Parts: sequence; structure tokens; C-alpha cells
Amino acid sequence: MINIPSTVKISLKSLMVNKMRSSLTMLGIIIGVGAVITMLAVGTGARQRISEQISSMGSNLLIILPGSTTSGGARMGAGTQPTLSLGDVEAIQKECPAVAFVAPVHNGAAQIIYGNLNWSAGVVGTTPAMLEVRDWPLSAGRPFTDDDVRGATKVALLGQTVVNNLFGAVDPLGQIIRIKNIPFTVIGVLDSKGQSPQGQDQDDTIYIPVTTAQKKLFGTAFPGMIRIMMVKAKSSDDLSAAERQIVELLRQRHHIAAKQDDDFTVRNLTQIMQTAEQSTKVMTLLLGAIASVSLLVGGIGIMNIMLVSVTERTREIGIRMAVGAKTWDIRLQFLVEALTLSLIGGIIGIIMGVSGALILSALAGWPTIVSLLSVLMAFSFSGFVGIFFGFYPAYKASLLDPIDALRYE
Amino acid sequence: MVLIDVRDITKIYPLGDIPLTALSNVSLTVEKGEFIAIMGPSGSGKSTFMNILGCLDKPTSGNYLLDGVDVSTLDRDLLAEIRNNKIGFVFQGFNLLRRTTALENVELPMLYSGIPAKERKERAAAALKTVGLEGREDHYSNQLSGGQQQRVAIARAIVNRAPIIFADEPTGNLDTKTSAEIMELLVELNTGSSITVILVTHEPDIAAYSRRVIKFIDGRVVSDEAVVKS
Repeated sequence: MINIPSTVKISLKSLMVNKMRSSLTMLGIIIGVGAVITMLAVGTGARQRISEQISSMGSNLLIILPGSTTSGGARMGAGTQPTLSLGDVEAIQKECPAVAFVAPVHNGAAQIIYGNLNWSAGVVGTTPAMLEVRDWPLSAGRPFTDDDVRGATKVALLGQTVVNNLFGAVDPLGQIIRIKNIPFTVIGVLDSKGQSPQGQDQDDTIYIPVTTAQKKLFGTAFPGMIRIMMVKAKSSDDLSAAERQIVELLRQRHHIAAKQDDDFTVRNLTQIMQTAEQSTKVMTLLLGAIASVSLLVGGIGIMNIMLVSVTERTREIGIRMAVGAKTWDIRLQFLVEALTLSLIGGIIGIIMGVSGALILSALAGWPTIVSLLSVLMAFSFSGFVGIFFGFYPAYKASLLDPIDALRYE
Repeated sequence: MVLIDVRDITKIYPLGDIPLTALSNVSLTVEKGEFIAIMGPSGSGKSTFMNILGCLDKPTSGNYLLDGVDVSTLDRDLLAEIRNNKIGFVFQGFNLLRRTTALENVELPMLYSGIPAKERKERAAAALKTVGLEGREDHYSNQLSGGQQQRVAIARAIVNRAPIIFADEPTGNLDTKTSAEIMELLVELNTGSSITVILVTHEPDIAAYSRRVIKFIDGRVVSDEAVVKS
């Protein structure tokens, strides 16, 4: 009959007897578990930041760029030929069922003046649909309307960075700013969005009606032309359908013959970002895998110490066998010892790993997220390591011959 | 009542090319309550015989009936169980667990027979009292003198109410005076609690405490006679 509580008691006692050795053995597991948790926290944090950036950009996003011009045989970059118009925007909105919203962008950089302060920011001419495309709520005021677009009114929505630089403590709503010396009324303030995936400050921007931008600020080569279009598909599953419908519609509208190339480009930003997210995921796995190696080394440390311990305690094992310890009594004693070492090491390692992640966040400013899953995984893995690497020494101990073990000096 | 019935036991160690015969065709019986000394020069097979009687080893051939059960064919774990509740060992080198208290050393056999903690403590304390170590329960084994350590070992041997004590040179590491005390304790347990004591020794003085002396030479019993008390 195996008496589990007393086996546990025996094991704990013999670990206590060798405090120094037990704690050094645990150190291997502590470092292993700590490293796994910190690395996974760093990886998960990076992934989380990328997902946030994806959603800050607006989800299920397609960007349509105009085509390139050819000048004396040299092909210029995308967007050099103005081929997209407001008419295309309306047509896409009406005729592509997979598209939820589409908004034009006609932008440029401009100096903005308020009172005695000035600031330069990107000014984006667009339609009210833009806020839907980018999932970008207002923190104050109201958005401009389709009437503003039709009437080319001089109203502006300001990003947080612009507000901070021009207004300080003053409430910007209703104030008049001058963009390229043209007065605009501030009717709304955009919520803060932070950095784009490329590291640009998305809040350093001003939204105005697209028609105002075309007619009063930046002008157009041909009337009604815009620089780019941003499209939000109904869902991520609709992205490729939306892309197909848009390509088909624009080719038709632009009278492009079957063999001719498109005079525009559709770019799937979400897909690009998802690739980035994928690669962070791989990085997280890689970091975790490298850290797991140290956990494995810690496990080998346990096996090493347990083997030494079995040899050193041969006589003790002999005594225990002589007074009636059975195979599994001995086996369990050494297994429980290994398991105790690895589990206590695991718990301390979790504490160290979480603190390590917090310290990294505080010192290096890396976003770190300790997930419950990684903690549970690291803990159960350390338990597994204890059993796996404890079994061989325990097995060896249980096979000792009691007579030889009793004679062992 | 026959406690030990050994029939035709042979033990051969397969050492290299020439097998070593440690015991050949030994037969004897031991009644309950006997006090036996096994004597013989080193290499006579007396230790091998003790190990087999103590269920630490198995004979190559022959049968060993302990309390009516043939134990010569049992496996490791069943032998462990028999050692646990039928046999107490007292060794020359005491064989106590280091850095462990006297009480915990005495508790050891009961840990393996599933006796609850409270009863274990009570019985261990009672056994220590029987061997005259009352008040030393919490001393670590290495803080005790040789004689006291051997008393702890005897307490450990009797705590599970084993009917037999095997004592292998129990006084080998002790001075004459302490040896006498330990032997008197064994005699007391033998007469008082009718525990069968089987002793291995090569000192005639120590063998004189027994009531029957069996001599081994070259793996055979050469004499088996009662001790005439003067």
C-alpha cells in the first residue's frame, strides 16, 4: 500500500535537509520558466501592439491608388497619373455590394495658423464616409456632412496632435483657423489614434471636405480628380470580392481594353498587416522555443542532482527497503522530490518571469502582456519536466538491491 | 510452534566462470520465542543465511517457510511487505537515517504500512520508552551515542510488532559495557515479549546470551546445540 501523504512528507523532509542543493537545482527551473514567461510576454505584447495598429488603421481596408504615367519610356511611380475621380468613388459605393464604405482622399501638407501659433500638418480632403472607413470617432463636435461636401464649405476636423500644438488649453470648437491663409471653422476634434504601423503620427492630420480641398487648397489637374480612395469591405471575408468588384468596375469606367493594364492599383492593407502579425507570432514562438531550451536544461539539472542524490543516499534507500519500502514507495519518493523541485521552481519562475516582463516594460518601454495561458503552460511544462527527468533516477533507486544498498559506504 | 522452517536451501552466486556456493543444502527449524546465535568464520555463509532468513535475498533452490508461508518464491514487493510486518533488523552499523530524529527513525517502518500519523507517533514513543530512551525522541540520530543509536534501531525493529528480530553483529561497533546492555535488552525482549531473536556474531561472549548456537563453516551447518547456562 502506498501512502501518498507520508511519501510527500518524506520527500519534503529530504529536500529540506539539503537546502543549498535543492535551491540551486530549482534555480535551473526558475530561470527556464522565468525566461519562457518573459519571452512570451514580450512576443504577445508586440503582437498586441500590431493588432492595435491594424485596428487603428481601420479594419478590412483597401486602398486604391491611381496608375503610373509613362514619360519617354520611363514608367513613373504609382499615383503619378490622376485617374481616380469623385465619380469613381460614388460608383464604387453604389455598385460594389462587397464594399461597406468608400472615401476619397485629396491631400497635401499645409501650414495652419491659429492666433499667433502655426503648425504644419497633413490636410486630407475627404467625405463623411472617411470616419466610417477608418473607424475613427470624434472626441468632440460634429463631423462634416454631405452638404458640406456639396457646398465645399470651409469646415475642418482636427487630429489630437494639431489641437495640442495650436490650441493648448483653449477649446478648439468653433474657432477659426487659417489653412494656407484660408479661414476654416473647426467643427470637430478626432479621437486620438496613435501611431500607424509605419510609425507615422496619425493624429497629426486635418480632415476637410474633399471639394474644398480640390477647389480651394490643392487644386486638381483635371476637375474632380482625387489622389487615392480608401475602401472598407463589409467583412474580412468580403475583401477579395470587394477587390474584384472594384477592379472590374474601374476598368469598365476607365474604358480599359481587355489586354491593357489597369490604370490604378488596389492594395490590401489589412493583408499586409496580417502578414506582419503572422511574423510576430512566429517571433513569439521562436522566443518561447529558445526559452524552453533553458527550461529543458533546468530539467537536466534536476535529473543530474537526483542521480547524485540516489547514489549518495543508497544506504538510506537500503534502510527504507529493509524496513518494508516497496518499489513504488521508493520510486514515488524520488519522483515527488523531483516534482517538488520543479513545481516550486516553476512558481518562483512565474513570479520572476512576470516581474521580468514588468521591468522590461518599465525600463525599455516594450509592451509586454503576460497571458494566463503562458503561465499555465510554463507551470505544467515544469511539472512535466520534473516527472520526466525525475523518473529515471527514481526508477534507478527502486531497482537497488537492498543488501548491496545497506552495505554501501 | 514452528516459526521458521528452512528446507534444503542452497545459494549460488554466479561470479564469473566459477560459481560461488555460499550455502549448500541447509535445513533447520526455529520455534517461536527462541534466541539463536549463528556463528562461523567470515565466508562461512552465515551472512548469506541471515539475508535469506531476513527476506532480503532469495535462495537459489530450496524452500523457506516463514510463519507457514513459503517466501522463497515471492517477488520484491511481497518480500518488502513481509519484512515490514514480520521482521525487525538490527545492524552492526545501526543504519539509522541521518539528520532525522530518533522518533522519526522509529516511525519509518510504520510509514510503509499505512499507519495514521497520530498512532505512528504514539507507538514510536512507546517503543523508545521500551528501549530506555524516553525523553530523547527529538534528538537527531547523530547526536546519540553508539549504544543509544543501537537502542533506536531496536525500537525501530519492534515498533511494527514484528515477531522476529534479526541482529547482525549488533555489538560489533560497541564497547564491552554497552554491548552487555544491548544484549540484555535483546534478552529482555525475547523473554518478556517472546520475540524470536536470531543473532549473527563471531564473539563467543555475545553468543553466550543465546539459548541455541548454530555454527556455519563453508556454507554448511556444522553444529547446532543448546547453550548450557552455568
